[in-house]
Formats: sequence, C-alpha cells, structure tokens
Amino acid sequence: MPLADARARVPDLLAVPHDPILDQLWLDRMAEGCGRYTPLVALDPPDGLILDITGCAHLFAGETGLIDDLDRRITRLGMTLRHAAARTPEAARALARYQTLPAPDEDAAVRRLPIAALELEAEATTALVRAGLKTVGDLSARPMANIAARFGSDAATALRRLLGDALSVLDPRRTLPPVIAERRFAEPIARTAHATKILGELAGEAMGVLAERGKGGRHFRATFFRSDGLARSIAVETGHATRDAALVMRLFAERMDSLADPLDPGFGFDMIRLAVPRLDPLAATQLGLEGGAVRPSNEAGAIDELVDRLATRLGRARIRKYRPADTHIPEQTQLELPAADAPPPAPWPAPEPGEPPTRPFHLFDPPQPIEVIAEVPDGPPHRFRWRRATHAVRRYEGPERIAAEWWRRRDNGGLTRDYYRVEDVHGRRYWLFRHGLYEEKADPRWYIHGLFA
Amino acid sequence: MHESSPQLAGLRQRVARLAASGGLESRPAEGWLASGDDAFDAALGGGFATGRCHEFFAADALDATSAAAFAALVALRRPGNAPLLWLRTTDAGRRTGHIHAPGIAELGGDPDRLLLVEAPDPKMLLACANDAVRCTGSAAVIVESWGKFPMLDLTAGRRLALGARDAGTTLLMLRLNAAPVPSVAETRWGITAAASREREANAPGAPAFDLELLRWRAGPAGSRWQLEWNHDIRSFGRSFGRSFGRSFEQGFGQSFGEPALSGALLSPALHRATRPRGAAAA
Repeated sequence: MPLADARARVPDLLAVPHDPILDQLWLDRMAEGCGRYTPLVALDPPDGLILDITGCAHLFAGETGLIDDLDRRITRLGMTLRHAAARTPEAARALARYQTLPAPDEDAAVRRLPIAALELEAEATTALVRAGLKTVGDLSARPMANIAARFGSDAATALRRLLGDALSVLDPRRTLPPVIAERRFAEPIARTAHATKILGELAGEAMGVLAERGKGGRHFRATFFRSDGLARSIAVETGHATRDAALVMRLFAERMDSLADPLDPGFGFDMIRLAVPRLDPLAATQLGLEGGAVRPSNEAGAIDELVDRLATRLGRARIRKYRPADTHIPEQTQLELPAADAPPPAPWPAPEPGEPPTRPFHLFDPPQPIEVIAEVPDGPPHRFRWRRATHAVRRYEGPERIAAEWWRRRDNGGLTRDYYRVEDVHGRRYWLFRHGLYEEKADPRWYIHGLFA
Repeated sequence: MHESSPQLAGLRQRVARLAASGGLESRPAEGWLASGDDAFDAALGGGFATGRCHEFFAADALDATSAAAFAALVALRRPGNAPLLWLRTTDAGRRTGHIHAPGIAELGGDPDRLLLVEAPDPKMLLACANDAVRCTGSAAVIVESWGKFPMLDLTAGRRLALGARDAGTTLLMLRLNAAPVPSVAETRWGITAAASREREANAPGAPAFDLELLRWRAGPAGSRWQLEWNHDIRSFGRSFGRSFGRSFEQGFGQSFGEPALSGALLSPALHRATRPRGAAAA
C-alpha cells in the first residue's frame, strides 16, 4: 500500500523512514547484550538473534527461566520478542518465525510448520503447496531422494537441517575467547568507578588463568552489561603479551578517558566480563629475591609500555615508525607504519660520502604549487614565489630527473619530473621540481616538494 | 615566632627543606648531548645537558626545517639504538612538511630510531609529552609545536622539565613560527638557516645553521654560532661563516676535500648534475 493511501485511511498516521543501517546497529547492540546468556550469539538479520544456550540454561533456572529473563529485558527496551528453543538453529528460527499451532513436543511442532518455513524460492514453495504438501510433516513423509529430484537439492538440505538430520553450524558474532572472567551482581552497580574496580579484580583473576597456561594476553575486552539488556564493550591491545594486571588496567583507564561517548551505566551494570581473545606464549617471570615480580625495568620495556599507552589514547595508527620502500618516486620511498606491528627494520639508502644530502628533511605531500621565473624555459629557477613570498635563488644544483613509473600504469605513469636543489639568499634550501618536460607538456608547472636542513 | 597552626609550621619546614636542597637547577647534569664541535661544546660545558629541557625557536616559519633538523641531528648523534620520540600535531605535515626518513638517512641519522607520535591537538600533544618525558630509555623527546602555544605556560613547562629531570630524559622543544617567551628551559636557542659553503658549479653545500643562544641558566647568553653538519663523521663543525672570519681549515677543512686534480676531473656536484638518477634514464 502506498504511503498516500495509508495516510488517507488513517489521517494521524505516524510515518518514519526505514533506516536499515540503524536497525542493524540496534540488532548488534542487542546481540552484545545477549552475551550475558551465552558467549555464542549469532545474528539473523534483519531482526533475529540465534543464541546457542547449550550448557548455559541452568544458570538461569532452566530454559524457561532464561527466556523469561530475556523477555523481561527486551520488553523493557520497548521491543516485542518471539522466541523458540529447539535442537538446531534452523528449527529454532523456523519455530520462532512460523509457528502458529501449539504442539506437544518439538518434533511435532516442527512437523506442523507450514512449508514456507523451509524458506525455499517462491517457485519451489508454490510447487510444493500445489503438490498437496502443506506442512513440513507432509514433506518429510516422502522419500528424500524424490524430493531432491523433484524440487532440487536445496529443498532436501533445508528439510534435513530443519529436522536435525544434517549438520548445521552456528556462525557466532564473536568466537569464544580462550580466557573469560566475569562477575554478576545481585544489585546493579551504578557508578563507573566501582565498575572499574571490579574490572581490576577480574583482570587479576584472568592473569592468574593466563599464568597457569603459560600465556600472556595481547588483546583484552571488557564488556559492561547494563540491567536494561544492553551492553558496551571496550577493548585495549598491547604490543607484547602481558600478564600485568596493573598495566592492563592503566590501558583501560586511558581508553575510558578518551572515549568520545563515556561509559553510561544507565540503571546500573549487573554483570561485567573481561575476555582475553588473543593469547601469545609468555614464559613465567622470575620473582624478585625480596618478593614480588620483577618489573620490566629495562629501557625497551619502558618504551613498549609508553607506545601501548599512547596507542590506546590516540589510536594505534598515530604512533608510527618509518620503513623504506623500494621505489624512486620521492613521496613513496618511505612507509609510515603503526609502531605496534611494524616489520623489522630494513636498510636505508646510505648517503654518499662527502656529498650534501639529495633528499629533503621535510617533504610536502602533495607537493605545493609555486610560480617560478627561469632564465631559460628549460633552465633552473631564478626566483620563485611560494606562500605569498618571493625567494631569490642564489645557488642551485640539478636537474635530477625522475621518470614516472611507466611499467606500473597504462598511461606511462604520468610526467617526468626535473628536481632542483636550490638555496635562496637567506641560506634556506628548497627542493623544487618542474612537472613535465617541455616535449611532454606545453607549459609545465612548478612545485615545491620539500625543504632541506 | 608563634605559629598559628601546626599545618603552617609543617609547610614552613617543607619550604625550608626545599630551599636547602636547591630545587631544579642545583643538581649537576648527568650527561651531555654533544654537537661534535669542540669549541661549541666547551662553551656550553659539554653540550646540551641531558635530563633537561632545551628550546629551539624558529622565529620565521621558513626556518622551521633548520630548527627541526638541528634538534634531530643533536639527538641522533647519541650512540646506541634508543628511540627518538618525535611528538607533533596532525596538521604539522601540512605546515612544515612530513618528516622524510630518506632525508634523515642521507644526513647520517638512523630513521629506524624515529618513533613518531601524532597528537590531534596541542592539548593532547602536551599530555603525551608529559608521558613521553617520564619514560626512560629514549634518546631524546622532541616536542614540535607551531605558533604560540598558550597551553605551555610556566606551570606546564615546569612540569615537563621536572618529569624530564626525574626520568633523565632530554626534552627538546621545537617552537616553530614562535617568538621566544620566558620558560624554565635550561637553554633557549634561536635557529635560522645559514648560507651553505659553495660547492663546484654553484651548488648548495652541506646543511649550515645559524644559532643564537638566547638564554642559558648556567651561564651567559647572547653568543652566536654558525655550525655545519658533516654526515660522514656524524658531527657538527664550525662553518666558515662570514661573520666570524674563522679560517676554513681550523674548523672543518678536511672532510669536504677538494679533488686532487681539479682540472681533469668533473667535480662531484657537476658530475651529479649531469648524471641521471635511478630509473630515470630519460
């Protein structure tokens, strides 16, 4: 029905544009919140969640207890819940979406589902209904080979999955982290400071587990479950495997301080979980003679710790190291890589003895256009204008001709550049280039590409 | 004298203790970042004191590269593999240009030691600088700022200086496009580019710097120096500078030697000018 028709029938109709991305984000937040019931939560877009509650239900006084708890939270969020529990994800999904008739047990319920619950293509569904097979039970009474021959192998597979005869795999949003420490509270805690304190205790527990396994964590994720059913995850990373709870807590404090939208307790957190999704081997450390672990007092350790802390505060891409790249295009000769995962150092081009540097200390990327007056068109610059000031050239060297990488691109890679190293009357040294030879371009432009020390 | 309260008496005692220990300046420096030029280092008592804050001002924006390169070269002269922490704001790349590691390699420095920290704004830059100076194990910490830096007041500067002293970190403040202002720095320098020594075919020579000592806590200020960087021996040397009239051999003569048979050989500069580089076999 078009919106205009609907408005004509119901004058005070409230119309809201459909925003699939926001819906997806909301579903994601709900899935995060469902992490309180089980670590294995899968999305069933656009409006479903599949939870693997095997071995988890007893914590909530059985399946019904768990579903009641979930229903209460979802209702409080203003949503309506349709739920079903079954042996396979497909069966649970079909029961939740298509069940209309009550049934004594799960098998019977699945058999009473309409044929649409198989979610085949429209053509196949129609064909099945026309053949008089109205329910899943009707279809399953037929030999499987006939079904596959008549309606395609998809129909047979869907049916077998629904009945639990074929293997079906849940694809959870997050894999089960190897180490989890969590705490539930009888009364929600409403203050972030208390939550942080609990997180510190959890970190201590998790580090104990890690120490037993001879591992250290590289990635830590704290999830704060609010009593209204939503949850918020905060993650920190370290450059090296660690079992230092104080260090991890410092990183978490750093991260929470720099959050754009601060941690909102709402009506309070009723559960906090610390997961360690990524482990690396870490040998046990020698204790100090007077007791207590030996601090990483060596200087490299201090720098690594600083890098972790700054990376947590600023984002890991803002702490960078330089690595050489094998090209002669000046702006591509260096790679700036995050310090946390930069490859081992490679040798840099060695300077020529007795020669002044040929590459600038500061490089402009992109190069900045300048106006140049040269004595002869093909010659070196005589004076140039950059940033609203005129600079008279006193000394120059060049051109150093750098061709484009014609073997990489179809259009020969662009224009050749003629670089000049010039010094102005004040002693400042610049790196200028003419973009294009005169035979390549009628009126080549000039750019400043860098500044020498 | 009758004290009004025990707290006040306690505070007075504390002040007296602080005064007796002498505070920031009294402790002698533990080491020096030497420039390599004997006269320059001797005049400063050994070079740039480690564990202290040194400020380099480039009053003109066009001298920013000279100031930055001078600070980097002084720090990278320090032997070993300790990283050089370089803190700058995100917009620094647009203003003064991105740090070009091949250029540092050509100056004889090791770009692998460079650890760049890019802060989104000056406030965060200051916060990160406070963390960086308290971290032992760096060759030096360079904090690059542009223009007036109102957040770096005397309190913030003193906090940085104390952090650097406690951790033994050398803090080099790069104040680009800024006029010198009072601070707690050990030394304060104004740096401009100096004309390089002319090479054959009128080519620019090795990097040269014009330094003016604006303030020095431990001695008289006002001296001017002209230094030239020699990347072969990784050291500064006295430039032949017009204003000093020092003889060429005395300062720096041998390293940039003249070709023995000047008539027969192409000079290096001319040679480089005529030779195509890299794959540019045009």
